[in-house]
Amino acid sequence: MTPALWPPTAQEIVFLLLGVVAVGSALLVVTTRQLVHAALWLVACFGALAGCYLVLTAEFVAWVQVLIYVGAVVVLMLFGIMLTRAPIGRTADLDSGNRVLAAIVALATAAVLVTVVVDGFRTAYAPLEPGTGSAKTLGGSIFRTWVLPFEALSVLLLAALIGAIVISRTDIKGRE
Amino acid sequence: MHVVYPAVVSCLLFSTGVYGVLARRNTILVLMSVELMLNAVNLNLVAFDVWLRDQLNGGQVLTLFVIVIAAAEVGIGLAIVLAVFRNRQSIDLDRLRELSEPSGDAPAVEKVTAGGGEG
Repeated sequence: MTPALWPPTAQEIVFLLLGVVAVGSALLVVTTRQLVHAALWLVACFGALAGCYLVLTAEFVAWVQVLIYVGAVVVLMLFGIMLTRAPIGRTADLDSGNRVLAAIVALATAAVLVTVVVDGFRTAYAPLEPGTGSAKTLGGSIFRTWVLPFEALSVLLLAALIGAIVISRTDIKGRE
Repeated sequence: MHVVYPAVVSCLLFSTGVYGVLARRNTILVLMSVELMLNAVNLNLVAFDVWLRDQLNGGQVLTLFVIVIAAAEVGIGLAIVLAVFRNRQSIDLDRLRELSEPSGDAPAVEKVTAGGGEG
């Protein structure tokens, strides 16, 4: 019933290429020696992930990813880099002393996760149908089924906004 | 689309994020690595939503919610980082050790590397 894992179809080849771009730029984010380049590689990683969502027929999620991650989060990161007067250019001390241990932990995590996932989902096959992730479908289910968490999230965003303003203002003192 | 492909890509992204959180010293780079891990989870959610053909679109809606929460987290996190920078003139995680246990008579620099090795 399910097609064989090899050779991959055209959709899977496109997905794998985008995934290679995403993982490669993620590796550059965590290994580059220049702070600003890390933020720019993050853009490449999020863009490739948006492409992955598009291949998986989740159009609306892909555009939200482009708008919020590439548009807002990375710009916030760049503002943070700028406001903390980070050194521009090559800096040697971006990594802490436990790089080797971190690499061991990350490799162990990757090995365990990949083994389990490949073993568990070897035969799982998801046929792709266009339209299941369109804005109309998703909007319908957000405002019918998931409207309560949606409203709670809007309150959470307001709280985060006010919290960020209060934390970053200097002229608000405590009592006494 | 075999579910294995997105799942493996998401595993690799997640472990890249784990490496970044553990190995980086600059707080903003740690925040970026946290974003990588959140994105790995999002990719999983979308892939499994497509696989299970959820009538309520639970996976994709939860992906949108995670994106919103990540945006809020970055906003608050950067505000905290800026407050720390204003008070300490540094955002190196290795130097923010006021909450750690004083460990014997080791000099400060060695304490940093020794404590870092444990984490």
